[in-house]
Amino acid sequence: MSALLEAFRMVAATDVLIAILLSSIYGLVVGCLPGLSATMATALLVPITFYLSPIAAIATIIAASSMAIFSGDIPGCLLRIPGTPASAAYTDEAYAMTRKGEAETALGICLWFSALGGIAGTLSLILLAPALAEMALSFSTYEYFWLAFLGLMCATLVARSSPVKAIASMLLGLLFACIGIENPAGTPRFTFGFTDLLGGIEVIPALVGVFAVSEVMRAMVTPEPPPLPPRRFGSILKGQWELTKKYPKQQARGNLVGIIIGVLPGAGADMAAWVSYALSKRFSKEPEKFGTGHPEGLVEAGASNNASLASGWVPSLLFGIPGDTITAIAIGVLYMKGLNPGPTLFTERASSMYALYIIFIIANIIMIPLGIMMIRGATFILRAPRSSVMPVIVLCCAVGTFATGNNLFNVICVAFFGVLGFVMEKNGYPVAALVLGIVMGTMVEQSFVTSLIKSDGSILPFFERPVSAVLAAMTIACLVWPFFVVANRWFAARRRRAVPAQ
Amino acid sequence: MASFTRRGFIASTAAAASAAGLKVGPAGAQGNYPNRPIQMICPWGAGGGTDATARIVAAILEKDLGQPVNVVNRTGGSGVVGHQAIASGAPDGYTLGIITVEISMMHWQGLTELTPRSYTPLALMNEDPPGVQVYVGSPHKTVKELAEAIKAAPPGKLKASGTGQGGIWHLALVGWLQAMGLKPDHVAWVPSNGAAPAMQDLAAGGLDIVTCSVPEARALIEAGKARSLAVMAHERNPAFPNVPTLKEEMGIDYATGAWRGFAGPKGLPAEIANKLTAALKKANESKEYRDFMGSRGFGVKWADAQGFASFMDAGNEQMGKAMKAAGLAKA
Repeated sequence: MSALLEAFRMVAATDVLIAILLSSIYGLVVGCLPGLSATMATALLVPITFYLSPIAAIATIIAASSMAIFSGDIPGCLLRIPGTPASAAYTDEAYAMTRKGEAETALGICLWFSALGGIAGTLSLILLAPALAEMALSFSTYEYFWLAFLGLMCATLVARSSPVKAIASMLLGLLFACIGIENPAGTPRFTFGFTDLLGGIEVIPALVGVFAVSEVMRAMVTPEPPPLPPRRFGSILKGQWELTKKYPKQQARGNLVGIIIGVLPGAGADMAAWVSYALSKRFSKEPEKFGTGHPEGLVEAGASNNASLASGWVPSLLFGIPGDTITAIAIGVLYMKGLNPGPTLFTERASSMYALYIIFIIANIIMIPLGIMMIRGATFILRAPRSSVMPVIVLCCAVGTFATGNNLFNVICVAFFGVLGFVMEKNGYPVAALVLGIVMGTMVEQSFVTSLIKSDGSILPFFERPVSAVLAAMTIACLVWPFFVVANRWFAARRRRAVPAQ
Repeated sequence: MASFTRRGFIASTAAAASAAGLKVGPAGAQGNYPNRPIQMICPWGAGGGTDATARIVAAILEKDLGQPVNVVNRTGGSGVVGHQAIASGAPDGYTLGIITVEISMMHWQGLTELTPRSYTPLALMNEDPPGVQVYVGSPHKTVKELAEAIKAAPPGKLKASGTGQGGIWHLALVGWLQAMGLKPDHVAWVPSNGAAPAMQDLAAGGLDIVTCSVPEARALIEAGKARSLAVMAHERNPAFPNVPTLKEEMGIDYATGAWRGFAGPKGLPAEIANKLTAALKKANESKEYRDFMGSRGFGVKWADAQGFASFMDAGNEQMGKAMKAAGLAKA
């Protein structure tokens, strides 16, 4: 109990409160700018945390990353450009709602369910930390392979276009993931002697290119859409309580999936959103409404990515294993500040852990008022003429991606993927599947090859290990499901033809 | 320009003139070095160990030299891009960088033309030797027992990891196996994305050995999931006094490690280089630096410009041998 009081005292310190407020605003702004991911927002904070007290340093990371994950929904909703990769899964859905004139409902859903998801994730962090970390820790490369494979199949599940085209773009993404030396054999592939290609294609430039630059290009060749009727944005939170009551199952499932994916090392908010959106569509009573501006998937995926953010800290705090890219950076800061990850943190430095929980909850609560202010500010973009918004976006893309590595090659990548995304979209190939291929390609290859090295070339361990067997069964069921459906339809059609003949 | 003084003006004119390629007396630009901000290039991303080391040293240098020292992360190309940027900077003392062990490895693989000789070495600031970690449930209590088990096992039966194929911890294993008189692939190497995933796989029972630095393994050792049997160093790490060296346990005097040092482009004027080495020595001895490195478990090491140069030459040769033996070097 005294530890809890001590924790409140630590959080109530002036420097911590100022750090939370400033980093929240910073996170909201950075997350809103297309191309600047939550991970990048966190990375840019690291130099600042050098000068802060340990609790204030952790607070800046928690506040900025939570805000950025929510804030990434804003440009996705208003401009169909996800601010962070974690919003990419449901950007089209949110944008469709905006086109239907329900921008405030869509943004309200993102905000309200982000905050609820974040709090659910924090509760999981508090309650389940030891047990969940124990489970994730027993995952070997075999389990990771199936997990990554399942993730790849999301590409076809979430696609709006034909599955064949979705698979084609996913495979193209996998091809891009082959570039560079960061592969299991450590051999340069497809580098053509260019030093810049040695490190492979980075995800952020690719994402900015296909989502942001191609969107700007599309805007340039199409006539300006009829201006949205000038209207004051109504109450952002109006109707959210009804939606909370209408979709309790979706929300719970989103939170749960987010928490589980967050705990798994390497898989973070983006994958949580993809999986949750796909699950929502699969289990919905009205799957035909998905993609047309239907709130159901938004509720589930919006909650999921924020839930995963908090639960990503579970393995990080207990074992120093990052749950996602953001906590990978956070671990560095934890060590720097003498809060070395490990079970001892929960016993010897209990007050610091409580302080961390409190900061998470505060961040998710102040997300609502700050988020509303941010939405009101950002909606000016809707009224601004395209010709003035688009150049600013291109500038942000170039500057943001340059800042990730001070490398001009990243900017060239953005341009290349912009053109590629434009051409692909024009011909009906979903770019999201391409991005998924780029993101997951390394993980699939790495886990497959290293598993085979470990098993001396035998594929049996992929099915022998209990958790692996379950994941394999799920993956294979997903794979054969379409054949089953087609066969079923064929037999049904034959029976129907047979009936009138009698 | 708020602080427009005559001296500042003359100095900056001189600097601008020398940058433009004009011949200026050596005293012109170098006399009061540094008189403008210094760029410190870090070839690795923000948030990593190299970035943290660069930043703490930059912060200390800034106080000492009285000019801002800005750390710039030039990432990409598996570190080649940033290392190249340091080497190809103007040798005027305003472009410096932190160089890492990879510079003595990548050129053997034919990935770059850069070698340790492509720089003006300033100072060696850190070295982390690899440890030999096993799962806590492993029957091998000492590194000697483990070595016997390795020798007794058929080639390729035991699996080890710690980093990617041809990475520093892979070469550490290769060197150790060779020192024991075994083939470099007697223990199969499982490439991983760094030490943390390898340690996790060790805890999950997927691997037999992980050869990463002890600080990298610390979290899982303290969690009671793994044990460190030995370090491949000449002496024990003061932060982990219970972990013996290979020499103490097995009588094999094999030592290696991942190091970080500071350097400038080739051809840095001696006057500037000496000033920087002196400032780095002060930083190395400062309480701030020692506390920071101690808190992260990083090893503090010191070698001046000459010592650093011969250290890199020796390391370069050792790496070349190990890489050729492992079939990683380009013929």
